[in-house]
Amino acid sequence: MERQTGTDRVKRGLAEMLRGGVIMDVVTPEQAKIAEDAGAVAVMALERVPADIRRDGGVARMSDPAMVEGIKEAVTVPVMAKARIGHFAEAQILEALGVDYVDESEVLTPADEAHHIDKWAFTVPFVCGATNLGEALRRISEGAAMIRSKGEAGTGNIVEAVRHLRSILGDIRKITQADPAEVYAWAKELRAPVSLVQELHDTGRLPVPLFCAGGIATPADASLVMQLGAEAVFVGSGIFKSEDPAVRAKAIVEATAHFRDPHIVAKVSRGLGQPMKGQDIAELDVKLAERGW
Amino acid sequence: MAAKVGILALQGDVSEHAQALADLGADAVGVHTADDLAAIDGLILPGGESTTISKLLESSGLFEAVASRLADGMPAFGTCAGMILLASEVLDGRPDQRSFGVIDLSVRRNAFGRQVDSFEAEVDVEGVGSVPAVFIRAPYVERAGEGVDVLARVDGHPVLCRQGPVLAAAFHPELSGDLRLHELFLREVT
Repeated sequence: MERQTGTDRVKRGLAEMLRGGVIMDVVTPEQAKIAEDAGAVAVMALERVPADIRRDGGVARMSDPAMVEGIKEAVTVPVMAKARIGHFAEAQILEALGVDYVDESEVLTPADEAHHIDKWAFTVPFVCGATNLGEALRRISEGAAMIRSKGEAGTGNIVEAVRHLRSILGDIRKITQADPAEVYAWAKELRAPVSLVQELHDTGRLPVPLFCAGGIATPADASLVMQLGAEAVFVGSGIFKSEDPAVRAKAIVEATAHFRDPHIVAKVSRGLGQPMKGQDIAELDVKLAERGW
Repeated sequence: MAAKVGILALQGDVSEHAQALADLGADAVGVHTADDLAAIDGLILPGGESTTISKLLESSGLFEAVASRLADGMPAFGTCAGMILLASEVLDGRPDQRSFGVIDLSVRRNAFGRQVDSFEAEVDVEGVGSVPAVFIRAPYVERAGEGVDVLARVDGHPVLCRQGPVLAAAFHPELSGDLRLHELFLREVT
């Protein structure tokens, strides 16, 4: 029997299996176990959560392979890991380690200020961040099998995630109403391939799943972005920078699965302890979402 | 009255199954709570993360409700995580992972490997022919009980099995656009 690995269907397929779930940032095998115990559909292995990257400054790079391997050993759910934008050698290492998804992430310090990774060259699938539809389509044209709206990582502030989701989904809604001539103008305006804009026009949706990241700190935040049209959520600092990570993680899993039912979201939101403190976007020195081209 | 098919809608690729059912003209409904079960004649358990779905079944109170309908003979079709949830034994699972045990299989999670090993292939299905199959971090069956019909194998391992009204696939017919296995299941429901 002939087997084909690394096809579009196989890469996008894993993203489809994660729908309705929560992907949690973890920095140790112990945290990975807490995340899996809480019902995470996958974990993101990294050395520092975005809030700490923000606080510490310096260059943020791919994690130590030993640390990624430790987390792979600790859990049975899929393990993702981050490579710097454009750093295809880091991505090759992560593929060699057998991670299930590579996040070409603006949370790390970019390695290339003009080019993203050629993701078609890999068997492992990639997720990339986007602040608007043009960015999302450019990443898909480079081979991304999942898009996550960027939000502003490490802030515990949902406002940027909402802005990015509304921008992406709002433009998709407009394009479905465009006439054939307008499709070309949209492609120019978005700096995206006409073929992908045409496909959006015809199907009304991105060809890959759209998840949401950056600033989710409460069950209500998860419900908000799911109702806006996200298909799953990434939670970074929001869990392990809160007072009681295990309880909060489980509550966010429940709220994401039952986002349409405010009675369930209310029930799981009770008595979670303090959320991460969070930051006003206007006070930030560095906006991570601005990284990516 | 047309039969109504529920899709367990706690987590996973629910919309692909809904699309397959819509393409076949079947009446589909998402199952989020025990109340949603009353109106359905058959249940699809989609692909997803089996450990997450198991926990959500528990916390939503759906586990016992679904188990009782399955015990009454409600037809069910599970794909990938859904196969794991229907099986009598789960290998390489979490200790707290629960399954319905309505098809006598020992299923090993992620038996075909991690995502870089995920693959597409044509699989010969008994009575149906060659079908395109998408395997994603897929399980396979290590032991099929006596009452189980094995309808397809990969490398000698059963990947599509039937026991009475329960059909279980290690792969994702809902991702391939081929509707024949959903059709096979609908014949059981109607």
